Amino acid sequence: MRRSLIAVTAFALATGTVALAGGHGGNPAVKARNAHMSLYAFNLGILGDMAKGTTEYNADVASAAASDLATLAAFNQSNYWPEGTAEGEVEGSRAKAEIWTDGGGAIEKAKDLAVAAASLADVAGNGLEALQGGIGPAGAACGACHKAYRGAKQ
Amino acid sequence: MLGRILRWGAFLGLVGFGLFWVTTSPKTVSIEDLAGLTSDAEDGELAFFAAGCASCHAAKGAEGASKLVLSGGQEFPSPFGTFIAPNISPDPVHGIGDWTQSQFASAVLKGTSPEGAHYFPAFPYSSYNKMSRQDVVNLFAYMQTLPPDATPNETHQVAFPFNIRRNLGGWKFLFLSEDWVADASTPELERGRYLVEALGHCAECHTPRNALGGLDKGNWMGGAPDPSGKGRVPAITSSQLGWNAADISEYLKSGFTPEFDTAGGHMVSVIENTARLSDEDRMAIAAYLLALP
Repeated sequence: MRRSLIAVTAFALATGTVALAGGHGGNPAVKARNAHMSLYAFNLGILGDMAKGTTEYNADVASAAASDLATLAAFNQSNYWPEGTAEGEVEGSRAKAEIWTDGGGAIEKAKDLAVAAASLADVAGNGLEALQGGIGPAGAACGACHKAYRGAKQ
Repeated sequence: MLGRILRWGAFLGLVGFGLFWVTTSPKTVSIEDLAGLTSDAEDGELAFFAAGCASCHAAKGAEGASKLVLSGGQEFPSPFGTFIAPNISPDPVHGIGDWTQSQFASAVLKGTSPEGAHYFPAFPYSSYNKMSRQDVVNLFAYMQTLPPDATPNETHQVAFPFNIRRNLGGWKFLFLSEDWVADASTPELERGRYLVEALGHCAECHTPRNALGGLDKGNWMGGAPDPSGKGRVPAITSSQLGWNAADISEYLKSGFTPEFDTAGGHMVSVIENTARLSDEDRMAIAAYLLALP
């Protein structure tokens, strides 16, 4: 009896942990952040594959992706980043504590991305070279924020 | 009888101390070792970026042109304490402006300061010791062209017993090797190996360490705990990375992964450097990594 109780408890703990790690529990703000990042990556992927020559350039497709990217980058994300959701504080978060402590540096970086993404949206439909020229600053804006504010993978 | 034991004990103690003293004495590079080499500051610029000097020695948060001001001050937490990068700008008082070429070579190739003390291996001389003599003198010439800065050095926050520099001679004796880790059967692999194992010092973060801080060469580039204590530095062997050569080369140029995520943390600084290499050099790095099992 006792043994089966232990087994059941262990099973419940194990599945609970797995569920949490899989994001079914998880902090909703962190899930929203990660989902938003996935949308960035999806649209950047369409543009990046064209820029690299992996896929053929298509002005309409490029314009749509860059326009969506610019829309995403312009989101007001203030509700995405509640205090207490830094790395180590909640499951799945790689957000460094500095986001909340360094006086708005992360917001500045987010604005930089919005500017770069808007510029990219302006030119993405103007041919492959214009796309290649515009995607660099957008990537640099991603990297600048990740450099300062994203922790290592768990 | 007792006197005899004591005499032997004293003798063996002296021998032991002598061995310790000899094995732990700092090694240097002499002027003769560098004879016949003509330095080229322009070539030194490539070595400078390939070796990633500014990533650690620029001021905290420096961007763009200010990354060439090597005033030091960035903190590097580790299990042994927190190391603070020193000023290596050409300032004659606070930087390395009054160093000779052979003093610079001793620092980079042997981890020995002009005063004859061991540097902590947070300074990656266990990789740089495989740098060519030519690149060392080129690098020295290039670094002398950078702006001087008078920021004083800060003291490392390292506790006993790790703060006894003489003991680092023992660390060097155990872990310092000028041998390459991986085989390289083609000129491209050789170039990649030179960029990865010597200049790029990739293993310093991507290879796990033993309890004494020596690299576990049996698990070369197998990933390691992040020295900050949070998260992990990923494995970059071909099987664990799962990228092709173009993926690796693109990542080292633009920072985009094949999934169009971007690099984060310290790797962003690394990519600011590798972005300045030629496509051939980035492909050589990729070839080297793909040749790792």
